[in-house]
This record gives sequence, C-alpha cells and structure tokens, in this order.
Amino acid sequence: MGIRFILMVNKQGQTRLAQYYEHLTLQERRALEAEIVRKCLARNEQQCSFVELRNYKIVYRRYVSLFFLVGVDNDENELAILEFIHLIAETMDRHFGNVCELDIMFHLERAHFMLDEMVLNGCIVETSKTNILAPIQQMDKT
Amino acid sequence: MEQLKTIGRELAMGSQGGFGQSKEFLDLVKSIGEARSKAEEERIVLHEIETLKRRLAEPDIPKRKMKEYLIRLVYVEMLGHDASFAYIHAVKMTHDDNLVLKRTGYLAVSLFLNDDHDLIILIVNTIQKDLKSDNYLVVCTALNAVCKLINDETVPAVLPQVVELLAHQKEAVRKKAIMALHRFYQKSPSSVSHLVSNFRKRLCDNDPGVMGATLCPLFDLITIDVNTYKDLVVSFVSILKQVAERRLPKTYDYHQLPAPFIQIRLLKILAMLGSGDKQASEKMYTVVSDIFKKCDSTSNIGNAVLYECICCVSAIHLNPKLLDQAAQVISRFLKSDSHNLKYMGIDALGRLIKISPEIAEQHQLAVIDCLEDPDDTLKRKTFELLYKMTKSSNVEVIVDHMISYMISINDNHYKTYIASRCVELAEQFAPSNQWFIQTMNKVFEHAGDLVNVKVAHNLMKLIAEGFGEDDDTADSQLRSSAVESYLRIIVEPKLPSVFLQVICWVLGEYGTADGKYSASYITGKLCDVAEAYSNDETVKAYAVTAIMKIYAFEISAARKVDMLPECQSLVEELSASHSTDLQQRAYELQAVIGIDAHAIESIMPSDASCEDIEIDKNLSFLDGYVQRAIEKGAQPYISENERTGMLNINNFRNQDQPEALSHSLRFEAYELPKPLVPSRVPPAAVASSTELVPVPEPYYARETHQAASLPSVSDAGSTELKLRLDGVQKKWGRPTYSSSASLTSTSGSHKTTNGVTQVDGVSTSNSKGREAYDSRKPSVEISPEKQKLASSLFGGSSRTEKRASSGNHKVSKATEKSHVGKAAGAHSDAVAEKINSEPTPDLLDFSDSAVTSTAPSVDPFQQLEGLLDQTEATSTMNNGAAGASRTPEIMGLYADSAVSGLSSSVANRDEFNLASELSNAARTSQVGVSQLNKGPNPKDSLEKDALVRQMGVNPTSENPNLFKDLLG
Repeated sequence: MGIRFILMVNKQGQTRLAQYYEHLTLQERRALEAEIVRKCLARNEQQCSFVELRNYKIVYRRYVSLFFLVGVDNDENELAILEFIHLIAETMDRHFGNVCELDIMFHLERAHFMLDEMVLNGCIVETSKTNILAPIQQMDKT
Repeated sequence: MEQLKTIGRELAMGSQGGFGQSKEFLDLVKSIGEARSKAEEERIVLHEIETLKRRLAEPDIPKRKMKEYLIRLVYVEMLGHDASFAYIHAVKMTHDDNLVLKRTGYLAVSLFLNDDHDLIILIVNTIQKDLKSDNYLVVCTALNAVCKLINDETVPAVLPQVVELLAHQKEAVRKKAIMALHRFYQKSPSSVSHLVSNFRKRLCDNDPGVMGATLCPLFDLITIDVNTYKDLVVSFVSILKQVAERRLPKTYDYHQLPAPFIQIRLLKILAMLGSGDKQASEKMYTVVSDIFKKCDSTSNIGNAVLYECICCVSAIHLNPKLLDQAAQVISRFLKSDSHNLKYMGIDALGRLIKISPEIAEQHQLAVIDCLEDPDDTLKRKTFELLYKMTKSSNVEVIVDHMISYMISINDNHYKTYIASRCVELAEQFAPSNQWFIQTMNKVFEHAGDLVNVKVAHNLMKLIAEGFGEDDDTADSQLRSSAVESYLRIIVEPKLPSVFLQVICWVLGEYGTADGKYSASYITGKLCDVAEAYSNDETVKAYAVTAIMKIYAFEISAARKVDMLPECQSLVEELSASHSTDLQQRAYELQAVIGIDAHAIESIMPSDASCEDIEIDKNLSFLDGYVQRAIEKGAQPYISENERTGMLNINNFRNQDQPEALSHSLRFEAYELPKPLVPSRVPPAAVASSTELVPVPEPYYARETHQAASLPSVSDAGSTELKLRLDGVQKKWGRPTYSSSASLTSTSGSHKTTNGVTQVDGVSTSNSKGREAYDSRKPSVEISPEKQKLASSLFGGSSRTEKRASSGNHKVSKATEKSHVGKAAGAHSDAVAEKINSEPTPDLLDFSDSAVTSTAPSVDPFQQLEGLLDQTEATSTMNNGAAGASRTPEIMGLYADSAVSGLSSSVANRDEFNLASELSNAARTSQVGVSQLNKGPNPKDSLEKDALVRQMGVNPTSENPNLFKDLLG
C-alpha cells in the first residue's frame, strides 16, 4: 500500500487537509490526528523528520505554519517520502503562486484534486508537475 | 465602512477567478483559521452544521451554491464531526454535467463514504456513464472515483470499460485505468487474475507516466510471486538505465535528478527479483553501480535514491564492489550532522550487517552517538540495529541498554515490543543462568503486564527443569538464587500480576528446598502477597497453592507443621470466597494438611513439576460404571459430532468458501464462528523470524580466544519467542560456561581497549588493531564511558578479523586488494586503499604510489582514464571528491600516524579536497539560486496579503503565520 494518509495540520494542531487511503471511522480519524499532533508537533528542527507510530511511520515536514504529515508503511523509503512532501508543496506553489495556509483553506477541493493526481491507491503515480496540474488547469478553462 | 469591505470582498472574489465563494464561506474559513482552541473550533463547526442543515432544506439551491455547501461539509467531517445528513447531496452532485461540479461531487463522496456504504450503489451507474464520456477529463475523474469507491462486489460493473480504457489514446486515461485495475487487484485479486498480462503490456507504454504507474501494480504482484516475473528483470534494468541516463522528459526531474521516484520503485522491484538469485542479480550490478556514481549526494532526494540502492545491494546476490559503494554511502550518512541521514545510515547499516558483519566496526562511535541521542526515533532505530548484531559477547550490554530504555518510556506499544526483544535476546544468548534470571526479573518488574504470559510459563519451566542432565548442583544453585532474588523483590510495591505468579510458583516449589528459609518464613511472605494483592484472584490462587505445597513438603519431610495465624485467616477467608477456584484451593489445602506423610508424598511429591502425568482421556476406568448404567436402561452416549452433524456442514461450507470470495452476493447465512486457535504468536516473533537472519560466524569461532568456549552462535537461528528448552540444555549446561568465566573475559577486553599499552594475551595482530583504535583518540575526543561501551558492544567483532582487514578495518576492501602484498604493511595498504576506493585518482595519488617501493599493480591506463573523466564530466568529479574527502578522514582515524611519508600526502590531498569542495559548493549555490527564484516573491506576497485583507480575513495575533508563504 505504501502511503496510508496525508495530513496537513497547522502548528496549533488544527487539521487543514486530510486524505486517507484506508478506511477509518470518524472517531478513529480524530484519535489518530490527535495522537499525531501530540507526537510530531513538539519535535524540534534537529530531530528526525520521522516518527514511528504503532506499525507504521509518519514522515513530516514543516512549512512556516503548516505541517505536512504522511503516514507510510514500514518498508517505505522515508527520505523519498520527505521529498515527496516537498514535491506536493512545490506543486501547490506553482499552482497558487506562493502558496500559504489560506490558499489551501480557500481552495480545499483543488488541493485534493492535486493529491488525487499524485497518489492513487496509496501509491505515488505521478511526479511531473506539468502532468499533475494539466487536468486542473484544463478544468478551469471549461 | 461596512460597504467598503463588501466591495473589497466582491473584488477579491472576482480576482480569484470567480469561484463564487460567498461571504458565509469566507467567514467560515476565517473563523476556523482564527480559532484559538479546539473548543472554539468545535463550537464553530457545530454552528456550521446547523446552518448547513437549514440551507440544504431550502428549495432550488443553485448548483454553485451546492458545491460550496459540499466543501463546507468536507470541512465539517475533516474537523471530526458527522455530516451524514448531507451525503445524498454529494451523491447527487456526481450526476452533474459540469466537470468542476462533478469532480467536486466525486471528491466529497470519496471523502465521506467507505466503499461498502449503501449509497455507493447509486454512483456506480454514474461512473459507468462517465467512463464512456467523450471528454477525457470526465473519464479521468470517473477513473479516480473508481480507484476510491469500487469494492469487490461492484468490480464487475465497471471492469470491461476500465479494460477498454487501457488502450485509450490519452496517456492520462491509460495511467488511471492501470491504477483502477490495480485497485481491483487490491480489492479482489481473483477478479482481475486474467488481466495481469495488461500490466506487463503497459510497462512498455510510450508515456513515462503510464510506465511509472504500472510499476505500482507490478510491485504488488512481484511481492506475492517473484518467480513469475523473473523474465522482466532485463526490462526493469533497461528502464532504470534509461531513467538514470536522463532519457525521460525534463518534467520528471526533481531537484536535478531524473525521475527519482521511479528510480526508487524500480530499485525496490529489482531488490525483490534479485534476492537469492545470482543470475538475475548479475544483470543488475552495472546499473546499480552507475546510480551509485551518478547520484547527487548533496541533496535529500539523491540520498533517498542512494539509500534505496543500499537496500537493493543488501537484498540481491552479493557483489563486493557494490558492497563497497554501499559502505561508503553509509559512512557518509552516519558522519552527517543531519539526523535524518543518520537515521537512514543506521537503517542501512542494519541491512548490510547481515551480509558483512564487520562493517559496523568502523562506525562504532557513530552508532553509540545515535544510541545516546535524545531523539526517540533515532534511538529506536539504533536498538533495531543492536538487536541485529547481538551475540553472546555483547548481549549483556545491549539488553541492559534496552531495559533501561524500556523503563524510561511510557509508550506501551513500544514497551511491549522492546520487552519481547529483551526476552528473545536473553533466551538466545544468555551468558549465565544467573544473568538470565536477573534480566527476566527486570523485564517482568517493569513491563510484566505487557509481556506474553507464555514467557512467564517458560521461565517457570526453565527454573524447574534446570539446564544440565547431570548437573544437579547447578540446578539447585539456580533455584536458590531465583528464590533469593524473589524474596528480595517481593517486598516491593505494585508488582505486575504475571511476575507475582512466577514468584509464588517458584517460592512454593523451591522456597524451602535448600533449607535456608523456614517454611513459616516463606508461607508468611506468600500470605503477605495474597493480602497485598487481594483483588487479583490469579495471584491469590497461585499463593494459596504455593502455601499448600510448602506444607505438603514439610509433612512429607516429617516435620511438624504449625500453620501461621495469618495463613489460617487467609484460608478461612478464601473458603468463603465468591470464586469457586479459590474456594476449592482453600479446601484442598485444609484437606492436605490433615493427611499423613505417606499419602502426601504420592499426591504432592517434591520437585516433580516436570514429571509427566498420565491422563486417561478415554476415561476407561469408568467403563464398568457405564456398563452397569446401560444395563439398567440408560441411554448410550452419542458423540457431539454425531449429535449435530456439524462436521458435514463444516466441510460443505469450506468447499464453498472460494466461490463466496469471488464477486457475488452471498445469500446463505454466514458460517458459525470457529473457536479461536489459541496459538497467539506475539507480533515480534513473527517479525523477527524474517529480520534476524542467522549470521554464521566462523571467524568468531575460530579466531576469538573466548569464542572457543562459547556455544556456536549460529544455532540461535530460530527466534521463536518460546524457550527452546531442548537446545538450551546443551547451550547453558556446560560447566565451562559459568558466569565467572564470561565475567573475566569481558573485563579483559575492557582493559585492552582502555589501556594504551596493555596487550594481555591477545595476539600481536590484535594489538595493532588496538593501536589504530587508540590513535584516533586525540583527533576525536571520546569519553571513556563511550569507549567502554563501544568495546563492549563491538568488542567481540573487533577482536577478530584484524589480519585480514589490514590497518584500517575495511574488510570489504581487503577482498579487492588481494594483489597487494600483505607484508608491505599498513602504509602500502593504505595507499592501495586510496587508489582502489576512488574511480578518479589524481596526480598526487599517482606520485604517491610511485614513491612506495611496493607499488601495487594498478593499471596506469585506468588512472589516465580517471583523469580524463575528471576533466570531462563534473558530475563524476563530484563523486570522486566525495570519495576522496572520505578517505583522509579514515586515514586520520585509523592509520598509524607514525608513517610520516604518508602524512604529507594526506595534507596535500586535503588541499585537493578543498578545491573540489569549492566546486561542489559552487554547484550547490547554483541550486540554491535557482530555488530562490522559485521561492517567495515579496511582491506577490504583498499582493496576496493585501487581497486577503480586503476580503476581511485579517491575521490576528494568534496565527500570524497564516499568511506567510509555505516555501518561505
């Protein structure tokens, strides 16, 4: 499976985007997000960007006020996921132009559309920014 | 003023492309964005739910409006509240003709509903229609929905169309069709088993995106069945080669690296295909080696690919050259300041250590640094590594560390995990019985309730059975030491239940065995336990039975039994207990005390817990009674199977099973739940059986002076959590292996590493190794504790291998250098080492080897080629520089500094490194510049800020960063 979920959480621990690739109930999601926020947001810059949680790992990266957190299986390459997060950020940056937390909040569906182009069935399927953004740009034209 | 604001907002909306976001939506986002606490956020969302319920009840909602409501509902669910009252509206929106609305509808549905939700059936029809659309974007949207919403029952409804789309002219459609098939495979492999060939076909797709996507299902397929896909090795290798040679479109580049994510997935696939297959592995060597050379080691993504290369190298058939390249990368990772790289380095080391155990040695201090790091992630990874390199010589240090970490943490999940690892290691490698019992005590004391009950039973069994067949004194020593330690521990408050059970059992069985403690003393302690843990019935039961045993042994030894008053009151209390089990035990105790010594000896013999008790399962002794009853006209017994006819039905159901799995609705009732098989294997045991590959260590056995007396380490192969008592007896039974022997040997190794001149009995080659080890002390200041730790962790292995590995611990290199005369000593070895380790030797190096009289037979043409390489391609030079900058470090650390001729060349080389590093720096600065351009543009940010302010969403002091750019 690879990627189990992608979360964006601000530094107050409020969820800004949540995409799960396996089914969790609302309660499970709440509990999971609370636990992740507790574990990851307190870490400092020097510490690893990886946190092991139960039987999977969380790879996270902080952009000013926003944390991107990705839950992956144990056999996934953490460093690659860390860079995948950056690819997401770069892609959003290209689309929104200097993306910020508010862009994602105001255009939640677009952020989701981008993720849907990049990840399917928990696998990374597309990493070319041009290909990721093409359908979204074309959608705007129609 | 208010008017102005509204105008501003309208303007802002206009400038945002007319998404028609209403004031309500803007206010919602604003208030959520500024919520100061979870409670405030909660209040906002609850209010929003009420608003939405009202709005959705209104008639004739415009579609744009509805889209916005859906997004607001997504917010409601995202923030943890139920929005099921509006799911149907999301479903309805998928029917819309407008692409944006349709896609939003599908998005909301897939965020709200799991694929088994009742409403999904209403969407299947829409998906079918959309898959036929002329607009490829609609098809893509539908395929995205297929990937999220179709379950095994609905697969047949869309399967034919998806298969048709595999040949669609648009690459985006083909890519998503492949992923839809992948999803079907995940959900119900049997539904697409006949379509697997499509994945192979699409691997050769003209579009790199489709090819890249195809790797995902192929990865899954190969994970399950490697052998069917061996023929694809050549294809994968050639694709990887093309990717690495930048044949893919530029858009796939990420930070100047060609399609790194595709490279990584290919390397993962190759690792599986090459595992245990020499022929397949040989096809991969060149390309993997090329990637090692080509990868930019200054960027994260470059290192990610390099790490994947190491994983691949450690999985496929061994190749010394690749191993060498992998080792170089690992040492760079470990020396890095970045915790992330250190983490990857430790992980990679753990992979390589299986095939080349010596490799850990040169990183001793890095490993210890990671172990002592306050970062839990790094620490745990290091424990993982230590677990893999545990052997008899270092088990004590490692388990000690694990236990003290275990005590320090609160995370129960990890506590359980590390406790089971401790038990496992202790059972496998325990140097002495005493140590084993002490270790188990510690584990039980601090994580008792988290440890599997089986472990406790094994411990009791171990103490009861002893270790040696003939060595009764050792057994009784073990028992008395166990008794003694338990009497010490028993007074401590709040012991875990499982541990108390062990304690009670051992005290009952062996408390009075050696005559050191009186029966009244032991029974007194047991009564205390029963009293202190009065709400734990199991412990009470163990305690009462233990007391009964003590009294029984007293009686059979013909001693007078005086029941303690507290004991009496305990028995009285228990005989009125609500628990029938406790009652029975109490009455049994009273009965046992009343009978004579002879009878007691047959019902309660001393130290007989291990003797087999014969059980007549057929109850044949009752035959006569049954016969008489039947003669009197009683009904004969009918067995359960015959009574219910269950057996036949079960068989029938089992046959039916595979059919039920394949997609069709089930109409018959589900079969009855089968009784759970009670073999609960702890998760750690399952994992470890694959992780811990037994490392055959002939070196240690032959060359270590200590190892000769040790049991062969390799018989620790099986890592099941239970005690393997059959093997144990031999292992621990040897008289040579008493605790005193192992103590002296470890203290001996401590001395050799701490003292500079002490050689004590180690061969000369060993002392050379020590000198090398000591010589780096001045350069890196290392605390004596750390050194001690290093020597006790790695001591076992550093004592071996010295001769083969030359001056500097690089064993893997030694294989390549066989042409260099060993007699030349460390100097020429080191020089040769340098030459071998770099693909691009420089002039200095050349002269260096010329000066040495024992010039190794290095091909001068090869070196010339290297020179050319350097001038031609900067990328290779960078690579070489990375190699070179590593070499002097090693020399500084390990080489004998007395070799003065060499030291000057080292200095020269340092200069060269500086130069090359400069060029490196220049390159990175370029990268930096190009990234800067992409980064925040002050003008843009200002504009955006102004825009947002116009909209009335002002940053408040609580969240000033809301407006800062992410990539700033």
